[in-house]
Amino acid sequence: MIIGERKPIQEVLGMIAEHDKILIAGCGTCVAICMAGGDKEVSILASAIKLARNKEEKSIQILEQTPLRQCEWEFVDELKDKIETCDAVLSMACGIGVQTLVERFPKAVVYPAVNTTFLGLPEEQGVWSERCGACGNCVLDKTGGICPIVRCSKSLLNGPCGGSQDGKCEIDSEVDCGWQLIYDRLKTLGKLDNLTDILPAKDWSTSRDGGPRKMVREDMKL
Amino acid sequence: MKSGSNLEKVLEAGHFAVTAELGPPKGADAEVISKKTDILKDCVDAVNITDCQTAVVRMSSIAAAAILVSKGLEPIIQMTCRDRNRIAIQSDLLGASALGIKNLLCLTGDHQKFGNHPQSKNVFDLDSIQLIKMIKDMRDEKKFQCGEEIEVEPRFFVGAAENPFSDPFEYRALRLAKKVEAGIDFVQTQIVYNVEKFAKWMEMVRELGLHKKVYILAGVAPLKSVGMAKYMKSCVPGMDVPNEVIERMVAVGKEGAKEEGKNICVDIIEQVKKIKGIAGVHIMAVEWEEVVSGIVEKAGFLPRPKASG
Ligand code: SF4
Ligand code: SF4
Repeated sequence: MIIGERKPIQEVLGMIAEHDKILIAGCGTCVAICMAGGDKEVSILASAIKLARNKEEKSIQILEQTPLRQCEWEFVDELKDKIETCDAVLSMACGIGVQTLVERFPKAVVYPAVNTTFLGLPEEQGVWSERCGACGNCVLDKTGGICPIVRCSKSLLNGPCGGSQDGKCEIDSEVDCGWQLIYDRLKTLGKLDNLTDILPAKDWSTSRDGGPRKMVREDMKL
Repeated sequence: MKSGSNLEKVLEAGHFAVTAELGPPKGADAEVISKKTDILKDCVDAVNITDCQTAVVRMSSIAAAAILVSKGLEPIIQMTCRDRNRIAIQSDLLGASALGIKNLLCLTGDHQKFGNHPQSKNVFDLDSIQLIKMIKDMRDEKKFQCGEEIEVEPRFFVGAAENPFSDPFEYRALRLAKKVEAGIDFVQTQIVYNVEKFAKWMEMVRELGLHKKVYILAGVAPLKSVGMAKYMKSCVPGMDVPNEVIERMVAVGKEGAKEEGKNICVDIIEQVKKIKGIAGVHIMAVEWEEVVSGIVEKAGFLPRPKASG
């Protein structure tokens, strides 16, 4: 899922400084599960903003709503009435949610209250980590199901660099070396042979390097 | 001859090769390069010019190498995958070849996190093995990475680095095999302090027959102080400094440290020289270049062969 983290309160207050009536729009999917922008976080942020504005003696009216998803037209349409009565929307979804609102409600002023950080999973309570860089041409079949693009700090495709030590990456003794993980996994699978083949230079054009991406499926079109 | 470089000739002729390392300045001062060139000239066969080592901005490897060429000392330029994509690398290498540079070392590159611009974006369009393959194809197939033809191809003696002391240890010789398959002519290893482990790695290298396919130069480096030894042991990933080495440095005290550092270096050279399959040594004394001539002399490597042809 998409992992996000709420922006620092001061930054959020700065964005909405000139507004007196805002809607805080949460999202009930990814960012709710990673506890960055679900309905709970929406109400916490609302209280924090009210408190800060009361201190400044600048009152503010805050509406709250959390659709199931903020990245689909049909769900964001539920926000229509509230958006129309507010000066601005503070979105607690990922960057996709913010842009979905902008596209659906061209007149609305929308601010991001969350930093979208990566595509990953909750490893354990309170710990999330990255698993995929959406490179557009998956190589997990060759690397034992462990992604070299985002789990190796240098996105290497042909084995560990010289900085791998005791299972950790040269950038930080807290970061696992992605290639040690791949090695161990292939060893378990009895597939170390995979590591003797040279993987050719990657075609990055399917990744962000190819420009904004779009997928069209004629078979699915109405 | 692949490149006709001095290093290639020395190795082809069966001599035990000696290379050193030169760190370009953190500034635009050509004088620094000239001075270091004078210090290293006549005591080594070729000199590595680092490419923004540890991700700290320095004068470009190719530009500094051009100064060496003009002064008659042979450079080995370094190229990392960190800062350039395949377009920039190929372009720079065409230029390097046109400037008369004949040796090239292909590296992954240290992550920028510990450099002086940790907020920069890195590239890693290619990894070091793909880099080697691209350069070999440029030279031998006269083709750019995209497959287009090159009219006048760059001719490099192509090298790589390998670190026998990083993990997973069992994979390290296989990784060198991949580099050999990709097209290297020589390899310089990470600094050897742990000769026993190095010999074990060489055993695996020989089992794969790699010592017959490429020239292997063992990396060595004189220690300057106990502090440096301890720092290397604990803070540099992929560096193995055994306690005996540190004890030797401690035993001589502060005054004797530099001399003992040199002695240890010469001792290690003697030991690695005896390992079957070692074709030379690479002495890394960045920012201490003046120590190299003494080590080379003590190790009995002078005068350096005059490569003919
Ligand atoms: S290889 Fe690409 S698509 Fe597959 S997990 Fe890694 S980044 Fe994602
Ligand atoms: S240490 Fe491992 S994860 Fe880190 S850059 Fe090297 S190979 Fe990649």
